[in-house]
Amino acid sequence: MTTILRATGLAKRYRRKWALRDCSVAIPAGRVVALVGPNGAGKSTLLHLAVGLLRPTAGTVEVLGEPAGHSVETRTKVAFLAQDKPLYDTFTVAEMLRFGRQLNRTWDQDFALARLAALDIPLDRRSGGLSGGQQAQVALTVALAKRPDLLLLDEPLANLDPLARHEVMRDLMTAVAETEMTVVLSSHVVSDLENTCDWLVVMNGGRVQLSGDIDDVLRSHRVLTGPAELAGGVAGRLPVVEDSRTERQATLLARTGPQAPTLDPRWDTRPVNLEELVLAYLRRPESAALPRPALAA
Amino acid sequence: MIDFRLDRGSGVATYLQLVHQVRHALRLGVLQVGDRLPTAKEVVDKLAINPNTVLKAYRELERDGLVAARPGLGTFVRRTLGGTSGADHTRLRAELARWIQDGRATGMDIEDLEALFAAVLNESFREDTA
Repeated sequence: MTTILRATGLAKRYRRKWALRDCSVAIPAGRVVALVGPNGAGKSTLLHLAVGLLRPTAGTVEVLGEPAGHSVETRTKVAFLAQDKPLYDTFTVAEMLRFGRQLNRTWDQDFALARLAALDIPLDRRSGGLSGGQQAQVALTVALAKRPDLLLLDEPLANLDPLARHEVMRDLMTAVAETEMTVVLSSHVVSDLENTCDWLVVMNGGRVQLSGDIDDVLRSHRVLTGPAELAGGVAGRLPVVEDSRTERQATLLARTGPQAPTLDPRWDTRPVNLEELVLAYLRRPESAALPRPALAA
Repeated sequence: MIDFRLDRGSGVATYLQLVHQVRHALRLGVLQVGDRLPTAKEVVDKLAINPNTVLKAYRELERDGLVAARPGLGTFVRRTLGGTSGADHTRLRAELARWIQDGRATGMDIEDLEALFAAVLNESFREDTA
């Protein structure tokens, strides 16, 4: 398993505010990575550092084995779709493609034209005159036509209606099936990512709180419900991410590992879903579950 | 060819949903030996899911000896899943009927029995998959 993106002790300070602090993560190649976290968690900053659009205050970020943005070769292999202004409003769609072709040696014009034709997007229309969904599709086309090894998307689904979200995700997944590229997409809406991502990175307060294969992560956490007086004993044995108790009943979201734990039969155990898992971690910034260094390599 | 569906609210991992649907189709005879499963790209086009998820489901089916991947051609059904034999079926049914009579004799009603059966069934399978 090769690592395509690695941040080590990464930090970024804007004036007096730390956007990232002691942020470490390793993302394996070939994955579709969900980068989730609340607004201000540092997701956009991490992505900007990974393409070399920002310089770290401390620490390092490597992409394809080289410092981010270091050489033309790596920059050619990485595409980044920023959240706010992915297109020039006064450019026509055809001009956007020409712009992309001029700047990128690996540009695939046939692919770009075929994709826009399939989406019924007119080439002579100015970007500013397209609908939000069409703008997102043109921006994604430009990013994909670059034929990157690593595609970074900052909130690609924000402001899209449900149909456009489905189309964007489907086309993105089709591109993954065809090219085996690695995709990192950030979102603060977990349900958008449930069926499309296979690696989860949870960011909170400028650092990475959780990183791992989504199925493995889900399999190794469980929700335990049982009598409140037994909760202390369980919490002493298992790492508890979230602990909510009433007078009589305790509900614990615990990292149990893949095997179901042997507990007093008064405990009811059920699997956890992605959304409740992410929320539990975000509500408990001090909880962290990162692969041990030996496994992260 | 099998047509996959997705139950997005079910909480069952997507790759497991695909595995279950293939196993179900094999059991019902909808899929037969030699049939080709849709390619990852075909499934992705329809369901907008991660191609790695499809490949993961196919790997699991391959490990169980149900399908085999032929490089460049696709993934094909190797064997089907029959249910239990007629004799086993009759015996299990009779045992279950006895169990139900037993339960009713203790005063349990239909909902009590259903809840108990579902709980034990889930427990049994959860132990298997855990």
